Amino acid sequence: MPVKVRIPTPLRRFTGGSEEVGADGATVGAVVEDLERQFAGIKERLCDEEGRVRRFVNLYLNGDDIRFLSHLDSATKDGDELSIVPAIAGG
Amino acid sequence: MNAAPRVAAAARAPQDEPAGRAGSILDLVGNTPLLDVTAMAPELSPRVRLFAKLEGCNPGGSVKDRAALWMVRHGLASGALRPGKTIIDSTSGNTGIALAMIGAALGYPVTLVMPENVSRERKRIIAAFGARVVYSSGLEGSDGAILRCRALLEEAPDRYFKPDQYFNPLNPQAHIESTGPEIWTATAGQVTHFVAGIGTGGTVMGTGRALKARNARVQVIAAEPDDALHGLEGLKHMATSIVPGIYHEAELDGKVAVPTDAAYDLVYALGARLGLIVGQSSGAALYAARKVARDLDAGTVVMIFPDFGNRYLSTNLWAGWDEWRQRHPSA
Repeated sequence: MPVKVRIPTPLRRFTGGSEEVGADGATVGAVVEDLERQFAGIKERLCDEEGRVRRFVNLYLNGDDIRFLSHLDSATKDGDELSIVPAIAGG
Repeated sequence: MNAAPRVAAAARAPQDEPAGRAGSILDLVGNTPLLDVTAMAPELSPRVRLFAKLEGCNPGGSVKDRAALWMVRHGLASGALRPGKTIIDSTSGNTGIALAMIGAALGYPVTLVMPENVSRERKRIIAAFGARVVYSSGLEGSDGAILRCRALLEEAPDRYFKPDQYFNPLNPQAHIESTGPEIWTATAGQVTHFVAGIGTGGTVMGTGRALKARNARVQVIAAEPDDALHGLEGLKHMATSIVPGIYHEAELDGKVAVPTDAAYDLVYALGARLGLIVGQSSGAALYAARKVARDLDAGTVVMIFPDFGNRYLSTNLWAGWDEWRQRHPSA
């Protein structure tokens, strides 16, 4: 059972509209790489040119912000839930 | 805890009070200053000036005080808002703060639907005004809050008054009657370009109409995020959002796509160079205004700075500040 990744509305055009997809990897970074392999173009939205998570993107692993874990090196295991949460949009 | 709503406070004209004194917090909405920010763009022609309208000077701390006050006043005048009703709307923050402030001042209860990931400061401010908050999923953004609010209304339509900032013509009307004339007066009619971000579209539409009515050659330009996934809180990427009913793109003379990182860097630069701490949508406005101004030989470009930065101090906006400071040690 892979990591469950929750996809926000602005990125669902990459996942064919799916709100939740599965991705494999032993770290958050590896999960992001697997997302990119499945849905080309999605990584560029999440990470900058140097591969770091963009300032305005929040990644929550089982509800915890990975900035307070080990960033992209945070360890993942089967069944974990990774949520991609964007900034707010609109007045 | 709510006594009889203080309707009179909304109806009373501010001029009943001596100059320099206000009878109600609502009398302090509008008449915000224009600040010369030309120094932020040394590359421009010496005959071009940039001004920012500091909407953070409104009592609720943002440009949204204007639209919220106009919508509520109209609701009172039309009878759609009357004792026993609760003001409800979906909002990512500033409109919620404005409505909560107005509800407190007038004695009406307020319920706000917003994404759960709005900043901690906003939640605290809204709670301080005594409003009730219903959270929608952070994954769904402001569109999720719009849909959740619609569902609440359908359950009990008679209980609520919904200003509906995305569809209410009083939202742009507030700017036709206040923001536009204020800019015209403060620039002595010299404004040539107007730049504002798009959230609901109320500010750019209404102010643009007011300025074009006085001088049809004024160019009205909207700033919008360059991508559906962005960090410009308060702004909407129209191509991928529920398009507000008050937004009419055909009235614009142009749009500028703003990268989030560039807007954040301008927020840092405004603090370090001008002593002005603003929110990310102000950085976006400055990015767009500079882009517009670079092509000009002469002109007066006015932009909206929707709020100050103190309500974003806990957000990701500041995550890159240390690095920016290292790159700009003399700023």
